[in-house]
Amino acid sequence: MPKNMFNTLFSTVYSAIMETVGLLAEPIQRWLGTQRMGYFFVLPNMLIFGVFILFPMLLNFYYAMTGGTQLFPQDRPFVGLSNFERLFTCGDFLNPNTCVEDRFWRAVFNTIVFVVFQVGGMVLLALITALILNRKIVGRGFFRSVFFYPVLLSPVVVALIWKWILQRDGLLNALIVSLGGERTLFLLNSNWATFWAIVVSIWAQMGFYMLILLAGLQAIPKELYEAADIDGANSWQSFQYVTMPLLMPTMLVVLVLSLIRAVQVFDQIFVLTGGGPGTSTFYMVQYIYVTGFSNQIQQFGLASAASVVLGLTLLVFTLIQLRLGRTNAY
Amino acid sequence: MSYIMEFLLARQGRKLPTVGDLLTYLYLLVGTVLMFGPVVWLVLSSFKTQAALVEFPPQLLPYNQISVAVEGYKDPLPLFEVTLEDGSVKRMAQVRRVGIEAQMVDPDAPEDIVKVRTTDRQPVREIAFAWENYTDPLERFNFWTYFRNSVVVTVAATVVTLIINSMAAFALSKYVFAGRDVIFVVIISTLMIPISVILVPVFLVITQVGWNNNLLGVIIPGAATPTGVFLLRQYMLTIPDELLDSARIDGASEWRIYWQIILPLARPALAVLAIFSVMWRWNDFLWPLIVLSRSELFTLQVGLNSFQGELNVQWHYVLAMTVLTLLPVSLVFAMLQQFITSGIATTGMK
Amino acid sequence: MKRLNLLLVFVLLLSLASVSVQAQNVIELRMTWYTDGNEDQVMRDLLDRFEAANPDIKVVMDVVPYSAILETLPVQLAAGEGPDMARVTDLGGLAKYYLDMSPYLSDTAYWEENMGPFLKWMRTPDNDTAISGFMTQLTVTGPYINRTLFEQAGIEVPSDTRADVTWEEWAEVTRAVAEATGTQFAMAMDRTGHRFAGPAISMGAKYFNDEGKPMVVGDEGFRAMAQMLLDWHADGTMPLEVWAGSSGSYVAANEEFINVKTVLYMSGSWQIGQFAKNIGDAFDWEAVPNPCGPAACTGMPGGAALVAIGTTKHPEAVARVMEFLASEEILGEFYARTLFIPGHLGLAEKGVDFVTDVEQAKQALSVFASQVGKLDPIAYALQAYPFNRVIFNATRDRLTQAIVGELTLDEAITRIQEDIDAALAEAGR
Repeated sequence: MPKNMFNTLFSTVYSAIMETVGLLAEPIQRWLGTQRMGYFFVLPNMLIFGVFILFPMLLNFYYAMTGGTQLFPQDRPFVGLSNFERLFTCGDFLNPNTCVEDRFWRAVFNTIVFVVFQVGGMVLLALITALILNRKIVGRGFFRSVFFYPVLLSPVVVALIWKWILQRDGLLNALIVSLGGERTLFLLNSNWATFWAIVVSIWAQMGFYMLILLAGLQAIPKELYEAADIDGANSWQSFQYVTMPLLMPTMLVVLVLSLIRAVQVFDQIFVLTGGGPGTSTFYMVQYIYVTGFSNQIQQFGLASAASVVLGLTLLVFTLIQLRLGRTNAY
Repeated sequence: MSYIMEFLLARQGRKLPTVGDLLTYLYLLVGTVLMFGPVVWLVLSSFKTQAALVEFPPQLLPYNQISVAVEGYKDPLPLFEVTLEDGSVKRMAQVRRVGIEAQMVDPDAPEDIVKVRTTDRQPVREIAFAWENYTDPLERFNFWTYFRNSVVVTVAATVVTLIINSMAAFALSKYVFAGRDVIFVVIISTLMIPISVILVPVFLVITQVGWNNNLLGVIIPGAATPTGVFLLRQYMLTIPDELLDSARIDGASEWRIYWQIILPLARPALAVLAIFSVMWRWNDFLWPLIVLSRSELFTLQVGLNSFQGELNVQWHYVLAMTVLTLLPVSLVFAMLQQFITSGIATTGMK
Repeated sequence: MKRLNLLLVFVLLLSLASVSVQAQNVIELRMTWYTDGNEDQVMRDLLDRFEAANPDIKVVMDVVPYSAILETLPVQLAAGEGPDMARVTDLGGLAKYYLDMSPYLSDTAYWEENMGPFLKWMRTPDNDTAISGFMTQLTVTGPYINRTLFEQAGIEVPSDTRADVTWEEWAEVTRAVAEATGTQFAMAMDRTGHRFAGPAISMGAKYFNDEGKPMVVGDEGFRAMAQMLLDWHADGTMPLEVWAGSSGSYVAANEEFINVKTVLYMSGSWQIGQFAKNIGDAFDWEAVPNPCGPAACTGMPGGAALVAIGTTKHPEAVARVMEFLASEEILGEFYARTLFIPGHLGLAEKGVDFVTDVEQAKQALSVFASQVGKLDPIAYALQAYPFNRVIFNATRDRLTQAIVGELTLDEAITRIQEDIDAALAEAGR
């Protein structure tokens, strides 16, 4: 049977490679001691992380304090905090029209709305779907695949698919007209466009979180439910007192990951709506990209400043979330 | 209300179908249509001609006008359904059109030319798949080169990602060493920054390292993904320390503990990260675009997007090529579907 | 899982082995190219001919999405990682990266004589004799109409009898045609500040103040055209999805025209090739002369150029390729097969025998070619201004905000000015 052959071959190769690395790792362990082997394990990641993520990020900090259009940092004039000043000069922070960088603030507000509704809606739907697919139902594997499938599509593909459905002459309008309704310009009305931006990204990502939640549900020992049944708990009570608490660590992972992706929303919506109508679906990353790249005069400094603001805000949120998660779940 | 409760919360082992069960299947059915329908629509659209793509109301299937060979004419003529003056309807071929008047002939009697107003004729159409949407672009560029590059990038990047991130997560979850918490906080703090935001500095680093126009420049920078470390660490925290201790008592080295105990136990989390990585790398566009400017190194996403011109987007090609990029991942998914969906789910993951 | 991993290891090893670079004796040159239609194939064909005659040089074309030309090529050039040749549209903005080929060319007089006015677009202020490339196409903006719709409506095409039809008149008559024929829209215009600029200059827009600095605040002509654009969107003369349906990118309305959803389409000469292919003879489409305003009857010139890049290691070889491609015979063939308006004075005078059997395409090409000499001096000045895309992008994005009601027109014009000033201040640092 080829499958067995593959398995044997795989474990042979896997062991051979790992044993070889072991020849190097074991002397190091004798030298470092057990606990400090942590350094050995973390080293390859830290090298790549340091060179390609951390260092560029520090460089980004420096860019944020420079001006001009030169690419190399050493050629760029230092301007101190003026880029930040520019971002934060506002007559009234609630009215983007009074800000110097009005589009930055529009992007901020749009992103907040998007994140709240997208993450909220998606986690809820993912949870409902996971609960259903956790039961013994006919065709469970099939349905799991179905709900997961859109995760495989690239953001651009997702956008193209939905563009063809939502545009003036798209499938949805054809359905509406054939049912006797009026054609609606889904992507040209501010509220509709925001709504569809959220729906489309939920559609595209929900399967992934559903799967993680499903895994979390499966890990809950059956005995706990049996015990709850014996104690006379109804289904809501056992959900409230058994499922939810035990699912919390998984929920935390889901929330953090989905929040990250929601804040980073860009290419999908950019292809779908172009950020429009007007600036209704213009989000933070698009602002950074447009400012730093797609204009003829590429304002790296201003774009970097915006990304620093974005990064710091997110860091605070992540740390709060992790702290909350820790106190609740552990 | 209780039906809804049951629909959501019932676990298993019922004898008779209940209202809750019906609701369940209704939900799943609607879900299936919503999840698959749009993709089917995309595939069908990719077979339409450029003109048919923007027709309203859109046709479900791709259609094309029928042409017929008529005696006395060199090229096949387009066929129309013509409403004649006496109200009868007849199939005729068009010889030429001048303004709003068309000169038509009956294919069976090609001598007599009839003049018809253009508004009185409807093209006769048949289902026709516009395969040229696929074949034209494929003739123009080297699909297999792009495909190979995409596979190399995706596979290599995923393997590297899995190895280095699992090592780091192991260290951060199971060892106590000076600086551990600092490292973790630094990684977490970069978790939220999309690479598109720091494109310029990363590009400068790549240039200094000399990885411009090198697949390594696409593979390596994203490999140390903070998301991966975070995901794996959260999972490894749930592996009991006693397992490690007893292995140590048996004389296993730390490296052996890593590859013989931790990695097999962390398989579900590794699988999630692998999916994440594969999807991300296969679909990545912006980063390869900036690192790779030589066509022999292009990945599929970069190569296929060359139909986005300055003044024209050749949508019919873009859709067809989109379906092509979708095909390999869909096939792999179909083959590994069992593993991906139930593998992760049943092994349990906290 | 295991099976998969094993496969992965194998593929990885194989691919690492095959990535290794092969040594070559011939000089390999890289040409970065983008394509709107068939020009990549025509260029490849011509390069094959060059390679056959010059076995010591091989030219590899890297066809990239246009966004790469706009966004990543400038970064690559700034880092010194550019190709040997590239087809670009930001002629003046990237001029500092070009190679001055004049020391390597055998006949610089030929270039000056035939391409003089366009060479200026590719020069930096400190080198006014540089020869860096040639125009792969010259473009002229202008409207197309669907004559068949006019005939169906029984309405006369105003430009048949008079040369000085205004934009207001066109709007009125196309609305009548649209109503009579049940066409969705009367007019459509590509979403770009470049398309907007021609009509605006006709309405009296100056774009620059007396010191030659871009200035749109207080520019009555600019405001008049912007107001008209807003009105046309408000009353349904123009489709919202083109201008309002986006916030940061170019959107073309060519599909609306191809599918008979609009009577008039303000675009430009580059559409001819794909109209010939996609409309063909399905209805009578034709180009009409640019409509008039109080100040002029003008469109905008524009175009793309193939330029040599300064960081090349083989300037002589690059010059040889460019000399071949720019020769009258070869360039004439290129224009003829791509249906592009020649950016070569000699060829423009002689006329290019375009390769198409669609009558409408020939008509449109001759209309646009005749417009080249009639464009307003402001239009040429705007095209020659190195940072014109800053103006165009600001116009596009801010007017869109005014169309959807996020800003008033006056706010939008103030914002356009602020965007331009901020960008120029940054560039001047």
